[in-house]
Amino acid sequence: MSGEAATGPDRRQIRLPIAGLAACAVVAGLILFISYDQSPGALPDGNISGTFSFFVLFLTFVAVYGVFTLGLNIQWGYAGVFNFGVLAFFMVGAYTTAIFTKTPAKGSFTDYVGGFGDALNFAPGLATDQWFVPLVATLAAGAVAGLLAYVVSIPTLRLREDYLAIATIGVAEFVRRVAIEERGLVNGTRGLTGVPLPLRGLVDRGDEKYLKLVIAAVVLALVFLALERAVRSPWGRVLLGLREDEVATEASGKNVAAFRTQSFVLGAIIMGIGGSMYAYASSALTPDSFTHFTATFLFWAMLMLGGSGNNQGAIVGAFVLWGFWTLTLQIQGYELGDAVETRIPYVRDLVLGSLIVLVLLLRPAGLIPQEARVSMWVERRIRKLQAAERRSPDGEPVLD
Amino acid sequence: MMAAVTSARSSLSDRIRERRRMAAAWLSGPGLWVIIALFMTWAVLQERDAFTVGIVSGSIFALGALGLTLIYGVLKFGHFAHGDTMMFSAYIAFFLLGGFIVGERPGDELQVLPVTVNDLPGAGDAIWKFSFGYGLWVAMAAAAVLTAGIMVGLDRLVYRRLRDRKSGIVIFSIAALGVAIATRALMFIFYGPSPRLYYPGIRERLDLPFDVSLLADQLFIFATAVVVTALIYLLLFYTKLGKAMRAMADNADLARISGINTDRIILQTWIVAGGLIAVAGVLLALQVQLDPELGFVLLLPLFASAILGGLGNPQGALVGGLIVGITQEVAVTLDLPLIGEVSAGYKFSIAFIILVLMLLVRPRGLFGARV
Repeated sequence: MSGEAATGPDRRQIRLPIAGLAACAVVAGLILFISYDQSPGALPDGNISGTFSFFVLFLTFVAVYGVFTLGLNIQWGYAGVFNFGVLAFFMVGAYTTAIFTKTPAKGSFTDYVGGFGDALNFAPGLATDQWFVPLVATLAAGAVAGLLAYVVSIPTLRLREDYLAIATIGVAEFVRRVAIEERGLVNGTRGLTGVPLPLRGLVDRGDEKYLKLVIAAVVLALVFLALERAVRSPWGRVLLGLREDEVATEASGKNVAAFRTQSFVLGAIIMGIGGSMYAYASSALTPDSFTHFTATFLFWAMLMLGGSGNNQGAIVGAFVLWGFWTLTLQIQGYELGDAVETRIPYVRDLVLGSLIVLVLLLRPAGLIPQEARVSMWVERRIRKLQAAERRSPDGEPVLD
Repeated sequence: MMAAVTSARSSLSDRIRERRRMAAAWLSGPGLWVIIALFMTWAVLQERDAFTVGIVSGSIFALGALGLTLIYGVLKFGHFAHGDTMMFSAYIAFFLLGGFIVGERPGDELQVLPVTVNDLPGAGDAIWKFSFGYGLWVAMAAAAVLTAGIMVGLDRLVYRRLRDRKSGIVIFSIAALGVAIATRALMFIFYGPSPRLYYPGIRERLDLPFDVSLLADQLFIFATAVVVTALIYLLLFYTKLGKAMRAMADNADLARISGINTDRIILQTWIVAGGLIAVAGVLLALQVQLDPELGFVLLLPLFASAILGGLGNPQGALVGGLIVGITQEVAVTLDLPLIGEVSAGYKFSIAFIILVLMLLVRPRGLFGARV
């Protein structure tokens, strides 16, 4: 592999993921067009500003869902760990964030545990409620989700993959049920509202949507960079080996169970952080808004479409599918008649379900296929060789 | 002196370890059966109504798990579309009975079939104390044929291509999940979210000896489940097809080189599974109101039943289904110490708890399948 890659700089050119970019552009263009078309044109620039805020909201949720898709990618795309219960880690992350940032429950209509917002605000002079409390909350969200994943992994991870799949569906259903039935825990079906936004002191109330986008995008970027670093390390290589051939990985002396657990827990931590971002972005949480479909299978479809095993693909998949989802919501703004309007969500589900099957059959690698990758050490060495080659253009190619 | 202490200590720790190993062996072997037997006896004595309902829903789980376990045995993947296909074939029967595609709002009905099963002479006249006439049996048989056809078609369109590509089992499961989502969406598009009944009206209740009371339809569900399981047992152990299926479940490669046409066996497995799915789906729609969400709700109990009995094992599916059904119904009547009353909303989480306990104690299931 290294020999093939080192044959010349022309082979190493950055290949633009044309299919992925084209899909993103089409979706973004359609969303912009429809929202421009539907915005009331009362003010001179009414359509423009309406379109703009709508698109900011869209991008915010792309960033939030991108975090989940990245978390799923480290589990499924890299290590082949089969998690059908993203919902569980999503909910745990979102509710942990709410519990840590909100003030204690008061009034007869709200009832929840915790509400550590005031207790954690240890130095109000430094505006700790703006940065320290959310930071702790997000870290706690990741930690609790990771802990849950660890507990789940004990009975299931050493068994076959499909056992883990059904067990994680079970965990997700259980977490959802607990949130609904235990009314004193997170206010039951009435839900929690008013999760405070980090750094809200910096902007006007009207500009909070931009702040939400910036926070979500920064977190997405951090998670992306951390994961790119992790999967290029020896650790990431073991995960890939695990997915491709578990027996061979075990035979080369790797503790397969430990690596599977690590990838499962790491993915869950990222999902917990994603849940935290969701709590900030939407500021209201109700158990009804977390369904297996919107909080697990949607992310699977995103990852399958974008390309399992590719972090960029995961984000592109989140962009395209959340774009599609948004479009189906936008279309309902037109007069289409009852028979069509009531069925649009189901048609959307039909498309998503068929899409999963079609991607598996026609384009298993997704929009942005996984790149062939050896290791950081080899990549660095190739770069060095290419630089040497460029310095002596007539010289013989130096091979290792 | 030191040596004596060390050896005494090590023999003690050895003894403890030995005891612990023996306890684990007992718990995963005979102990498990003893616990199940004690729980069932207690449930019969204390919670007879819940126990009866549990047997009925357990029968449906058993039939579903039977299909699941057959597919698992021969094709080696978890068929995540099983619950949704059951729901789908129940709607096929509904469609054949009345010929309706039902819109979002009441009165928004569209008669599609010119002749329906209910138009047959006397098809709707109730037999004995059941709520249905022989029309339901006709519809069930027709739904079984259609579902079998659909399953074969799906195999040709989706699963065979994945097989040819030698995809991992997980890919099959994801494909099945996609099929499940699409199926559910299709039924929502045609029939909308409102629940449906095959035959509206009051169901007749039977009073059986030992203070047992249940609906006549529920007796029919239980009887059908037992008969169908017996038929599948006969098929598997007394026919050539069954022998070939078992051979494939045991070792597909060995079966192939022994001259078994594995592709044809896979096809026949889908046909049998399709029939089972349709029967289970129609019985399900007799027990509860039919709505498109049913499929996903079934997934956990079905897998729990199949894994409890041992994946790939038909008798296991029946026993597993009954245990899961009974435990679900009985558990939500409990008032436990520490936890308090178990809310009915947890019904389907019970299946999950059973599943996890089973995976911890005895992952190969009660009747021992390969893991």
